[in-house]
Amino acid sequence: MYKQYQRVKERLIEGALFLSGLFSIFITIGIIAVLFFETYEFFKEVSIFEFLTDTQWTPLFSEKHFGVLPLFAGTFLTTVIAIIVALPLGLVSAIFLSEYAPERIRVMIKPVLEILAAVPTVVYGYFALLFVTPLLQTIIPDISGFNALSPGIVMGVMIIPIVSSLSEDAMHAVPMGLREGAYALGATRLQVATRVVVPAAFSGIAASFILGISRAVGETMILAIAAGQQPRLTMNPFVPIETVTAYIVQVSLGDTPTGTIEYKTIFAVGISLFLVTFGLNVVSYWLRKRFREVYE
Amino acid sequence: MERKAINKWFDRSFYIIGLIATLIGLAVLLALVLDILADGLGRLGWQFLTSYPSRRPEEAGILSAWVGTLWIMLLTGLLTIPLGIMAAIYLEEYSRKNWLTNLIEINIANLAGVPSIIYGLLGLGLFVRAMGLDRSVISGAATLAILVMPIVIMATREALRAIPSSMREASYALGATKWQTISSQVLPAAVPGIMTGIILAMSRAVGETAPLITIGALTYVAFLPTSPVSSEFPFISIQGLFDPFTVLPIQIFNWVSRPQKGFFEDAAGGIIVLLIITFTMNALAIWIRHRYQKRIRW
Repeated sequence: MYKQYQRVKERLIEGALFLSGLFSIFITIGIIAVLFFETYEFFKEVSIFEFLTDTQWTPLFSEKHFGVLPLFAGTFLTTVIAIIVALPLGLVSAIFLSEYAPERIRVMIKPVLEILAAVPTVVYGYFALLFVTPLLQTIIPDISGFNALSPGIVMGVMIIPIVSSLSEDAMHAVPMGLREGAYALGATRLQVATRVVVPAAFSGIAASFILGISRAVGETMILAIAAGQQPRLTMNPFVPIETVTAYIVQVSLGDTPTGTIEYKTIFAVGISLFLVTFGLNVVSYWLRKRFREVYE
Repeated sequence: MERKAINKWFDRSFYIIGLIATLIGLAVLLALVLDILADGLGRLGWQFLTSYPSRRPEEAGILSAWVGTLWIMLLTGLLTIPLGIMAAIYLEEYSRKNWLTNLIEINIANLAGVPSIIYGLLGLGLFVRAMGLDRSVISGAATLAILVMPIVIMATREALRAIPSSMREASYALGATKWQTISSQVLPAAVPGIMTGIILAMSRAVGETAPLITIGALTYVAFLPTSPVSSEFPFISIQGLFDPFTVLPIQIFNWVSRPQKGFFEDAAGGIIVLLIITFTMNALAIWIRHRYQKRIRW
């Protein structure tokens, strides 16, 4: 009798645990359903062709244009600036931590870098607007108070730990034997790092790059605070722009009633953003998985 | 010989370059902290913590903001911790390798990479509109719970994976069932790892701004959610769950977006409080991990 009770209990618990596991699938379905539903409503009023090719984004004005290009230009520009900062620094720092630094320093520096990634983004926004932008203005006098450069740089610094930590993990997984072989041939540490370790860990490093890019594309508060609110089809980093994410914040702050076209626009640009980051994440996941299979 | 010297020189200089690249992050962190302390330290004080926001920067405070943050943090934890841990136990201890568990696994990895503002749109469409919960504390907490759940799941799985199978086998050998083994052997041993994950997830939730703005959290709130305990019958109230709210990061964002310089100081003051909370939580997580990594050797 007791045994039977045990068996039923075990089954029930397993069922409950299984449902919790399944819950994550429901979240994804929920995200896609919500985004699709409102986007569908949006495209009833605006043609996809206009959405993708019009060069103006003015849904909040009386003369409305719904071209998403200026928003994505802003996202692209700030992401490129962030990557120019984060990728080289992140990679060099990963090589340093994995191949050069003594264990003692490695153990000390890694937690501090993690803290850099834990700073809330609204804090970085404040820092970009009130510290980095004034600093840039002393170097480049005609840079505007809101611009793409300052939040881009700050975002890059924020992403360094993501790139360096994941790249370092990948380099750490490269078998010692490969390094020893190269050392035996008389290679220096730098040669071992650049010609053996980095190529061997390439897919892991690439995955960390893509993850960093995806973070930059989805970053919101730094840009909402320091980049401005002027959607503009430009690659000039000194003038105010607006990114996809900052636009969603701008609309959310206003009192936009449900069902209006302005309300639907945030879902339409949201789904575009979701698709871009989703694509990047899938590639990154695939790369990481591949590299794990090689050495583990 | 010549070539060897050049290579050596490159090797040496890369050490310096690598060190600088690594220290740039730290230098920025230092600049950020010093800048914010310089701007905001003057605003900190009892009055700042116990006042509502105000039109006059010198009278403004973060009372509604930190109380809101506390509400959101507790509720988010309540929602996300049990579900996250349960999902992780299923994936790590029960699941057989098939297409469904494979899908769940890829899906969780993907969810961790979805931009936080997309979760805000989900919360807006699902909790605020479809379920009619409005811009309430519970809408915000549910949105953040979904946002940080992948962190809890992944940390818990890692902690469970670190428990050697010999421990499970010993428990089975004594006649314990699967759930008995998990609940009284595996889980207790994995507590430090799980705690680390929970703290990091909560620290992420505390700092999130964008999803809460998207679901329509207010930026100017001069009242508190209804207190959960009261001196009158029935003493306990859940009315607070359905009240509007604001949180610290949103209050900071609101102040940063104003033109008056006085509000920048308020923002910096709020940031100091926010950073104290997140840094303390992260330090705690790092400390727990460090301590138990050292002590336990399987």
